[in-house]
Amino acid sequence: MKVLMIVVVTLLSITLGSLSPTQAANLETYQFDDPAKEALFRQLIGELRCPKCQNQAIVDSDAPLAKDLRDQTYSMVQEGASKQQVIDYMVVRYGDFVHYKPPVTAATLVLWLGPLALIVIGAVVITVVARQRGDSHELSAEEVAALARLRQSSSAQDQ
Amino acid sequence: MAQSSSKQWRLTVFLLPLIAFLLLVVFLLRGLFSDPTELSSALVGKPVPAFTVPDIYDTSVIYSEQVLQGRPLLLNVWATWCPTCRAEHAYLNQLAVQGVYIVGLNYKDDSRSKALNWLTTLGDPYQLNLFDASGRVAIEFGVYGAPETFVIDAQGRIRYRHVGDVNERVWQQVLGPLYSELMREYERSSQADEEQQSP
Repeated sequence: MKVLMIVVVTLLSITLGSLSPTQAANLETYQFDDPAKEALFRQLIGELRCPKCQNQAIVDSDAPLAKDLRDQTYSMVQEGASKQQVIDYMVVRYGDFVHYKPPVTAATLVLWLGPLALIVIGAVVITVVARQRGDSHELSAEEVAALARLRQSSSAQDQ
Repeated sequence: MAQSSSKQWRLTVFLLPLIAFLLLVVFLLRGLFSDPTELSSALVGKPVPAFTVPDIYDTSVIYSEQVLQGRPLLLNVWATWCPTCRAEHAYLNQLAVQGVYIVGLNYKDDSRSKALNWLTTLGDPYQLNLFDASGRVAIEFGVYGAPETFVIDAQGRIRYRHVGDVNERVWQQVLGPLYSELMREYERSSQADEEQQSP
């Protein structure tokens, strides 16, 4: 019990210690009169990947490039650009990788279907293997008779 | 009969994971030797984007994308805060001495004076010096760090984007051959133009 408590406390402190508060960008600097535009802005900066810190969206990243891209997004949204227009602007310059929801093309098909394909393959393998195991457990008629004889002879030996 | 087909089935099922494993080995080996953060340029094959940017020595002089159209050249993105740029600078000086036409794009530098100081003390390998203080021009090129070097052909189309420093190996294996090929095409076509013009 003591060991368990120590382990739990250690794990908790490690995980909590490594969680730093997200140093999100100061979004107060971006003022909007139109709430629809503000919503669109927030949606976009959550969906665009920072090309420098590639596991963060530009809303989270501290990189100077992320700030530049937030500024660019802000000015485009203020001028009335649609979501698709802003995304197209970024993709033309940085490629499909910059959008967290890449289009389904021949190149990205592996990305979209890969996990599902792996699950399907795994399920197929499991059923096939389970069936094989099931088959081998059944004894044929001869084997049943041989087993009966063996049991008789061993019980005869015990006595 | 049932037994032999189940044996065949077993064989197939046995081989499938092996084949999948071999494919995975090939795929992962390739990944092992590539840089996962490197982005391939979305602009390869496209013309240089439109822009205006001042000269670093005299900010009243403004350049547009036309300065990158007309002959094969390298566009080198650099800054004084970038240590790798410092490392590649000596090699760029060498290339410039050999006659390679390099245009410099100073990217979001701490100050213009720092950049000027760098060029005066370390040497200026650039035929033209573009001063992109805000980084907006760089965004047009899809720049996401420094140093980066673009190879642009005589028609002003981007042919290649190299991420990282330009050194002997990179020049010999990648950039040099491309630049030489573009120069050959350029010299051939300008020779053809001259021959057409002279009676």
